[in-house]
Amino acid sequence: MSAERSELPAAPERATRELFLGEGSSGSQNLYVNMGPAHPAMHGIIRIFAELDGEMVVKADVEIGYLHRAFEKDCEAHVYGNAIPYTDRLNYVSPLINNFGYASAVEKLLGIEITERCKYIRVIMSEISRICDHLTCVGASAMELGAFTVFLYMIKAREFLWELVEEVTGARLTISYGRVGGVKADLPAGFDLKVKKAFAETRQELEVHKLITGNRIFMDRMVGVGALSREDTIAWGITGPLLRASGVPLDLRKTQPYWAYDRMEFEIALGKNGDNFDRYLVRMAEMEQSMRIAEQALDGIPGGSIQVDWEGRAIDPAVYVDRGKQGKTEGLLLMPIALSPNLQGQDRGAHARVDVRDKRVVLPPKEAAYGSIEGLMNHFMLVMEGYGVRPPAGEAYVPVEGANGELGFYVVSDGSDRPYRVRCRPPCLPPVAALPRMIEGQMIADVIPTFGSVNMIGGELDR
Amino acid sequence: MDGQAILARLRERFGAAVLDTHAYRGDHTAILARAALVDALGFCRDDAALGFDMLIDVTAVDYLKYPGREDGPRFDVVYHLYSVAHNHRLRLKVAVEQDDASVPTASGLWPIANWLEREVWDMYGIRFEGHPDLRRLLLYEEFVGHPLRKDYPINRRQPLIGPKV
Repeated sequence: MSAERSELPAAPERATRELFLGEGSSGSQNLYVNMGPAHPAMHGIIRIFAELDGEMVVKADVEIGYLHRAFEKDCEAHVYGNAIPYTDRLNYVSPLINNFGYASAVEKLLGIEITERCKYIRVIMSEISRICDHLTCVGASAMELGAFTVFLYMIKAREFLWELVEEVTGARLTISYGRVGGVKADLPAGFDLKVKKAFAETRQELEVHKLITGNRIFMDRMVGVGALSREDTIAWGITGPLLRASGVPLDLRKTQPYWAYDRMEFEIALGKNGDNFDRYLVRMAEMEQSMRIAEQALDGIPGGSIQVDWEGRAIDPAVYVDRGKQGKTEGLLLMPIALSPNLQGQDRGAHARVDVRDKRVVLPPKEAAYGSIEGLMNHFMLVMEGYGVRPPAGEAYVPVEGANGELGFYVVSDGSDRPYRVRCRPPCLPPVAALPRMIEGQMIADVIPTFGSVNMIGGELDR
Repeated sequence: MDGQAILARLRERFGAAVLDTHAYRGDHTAILARAALVDALGFCRDDAALGFDMLIDVTAVDYLKYPGREDGPRFDVVYHLYSVAHNHRLRLKVAVEQDDASVPTASGLWPIANWLEREVWDMYGIRFEGHPDLRRLLLYEEFVGHPLRKDYPINRRQPLIGPKV
């Protein structure tokens, strides 16, 4: 070897070596690598600065903040209701839970109790959101391991659920459906049937898990990778699927039930080893449980079925128009219709079911705002500069079970119409903080499934 | 253990260092003297009856413009604790003055305190004594000021950074 070496020109080899390994390097030396923010698996908003020994991660530093939009500062500058669209953009994969969480915190400050029907609506919509979130997480992390088919099927399933969300809120992603004291509008007619259909389709798409559960490539990269012990997970403040994957049965929907969760029957999905594979299994099991909860809530929602109109007589105006267009005009003129000139669900009948009757908080039904001086004044008082929702001075913290874990809102009021302080406790910050702990000592290729299982959502991480 | 019993236990152990307690809207809160903070957090974590094994959140509030607190200490550092074993919650608060904006770090008790305290430093400029790595978390090193302070205008521009062309 040395004889061969002496024949080669020595200088270029040393120069190349020194370029990569530094002056006077004798051989083995650790290499520093930036993963992200422009790495495809880092979603463009996180940077892992890793020290590598060969393919092994020796040390890692995680840098966040690329998506910081001053959510908390902006909340202080606006009235209470104006924060709702902003909360959509925290966890933009399950925005409904953020909406309701923030609204609940303000309701706690005000000391008001929302209506039963609204509680059920919040439960149903939160669970649909949670399934969307888990589908995205599992699908995307499977794709990053090369299982592209799984991704496509999961996104297809998510599409069915997003159609439900669109049906209710009018939007797909930034939905702004929650309101302090209620929700924007009641569920549309025939919603329970649509949910049944969408869930049946989702369950069918979820069969795609057979492609990866037990698949050798998938198992090799997931089992035993990125594991955190039960004690570590708790010490790092990690909640949600990651905590349950390490065997701690903590689910706020069970342990500190809010809204109507105390009336729902479901099981907490649990793992054992706290590794990526258990996290995957927990998420898969939770989707089924979420569907169970939503179905129960739809069965038990007070106010009964909402398939017919509120008076129990008329048909949907759209159907009326369609029948006319098709020439089926027989008896059409005699058929009464409940045409509402307003946003559907914002009319008087629906309004009382979903919104609390508290003039301090909830906008009056549109008929009242347009048709009576009291309604107009009430509307005016809530939307005028300097009036609006004014909780008494004080502070409140409300945690809800977000798709990633405990999503908390800590709101401080000084008695004015703007929150003095809004703190969002993002559920995915602790696992991202613990990411170095999960990846150190493992291969660089293991960073990808581990990071995928953390389900980092930049919007809520950086706020 | 219900909230009042938790507060009573804290008062019994720390006496005058527990400056005040309240339970507004069912959230039990103890306001502590700064000198007793780390001891109290450690006690909350290690005491079998309290068992607060999870540090949920560390944040701060700037009371500069809060009606009725113009003359009091400017900041509150707020800790939210949760006990997995006992399923109860507690909020601890420590008041700090503007001129002496620092509290001892809790990162020796819970590793997650490291990042949460970095965010408070980033947003409020409150130092955490003994913190192993007190860098900004969300903003960049060249950022001037601490944006969640009430005297930081929401529309302030920051100097442009980057390679000089």
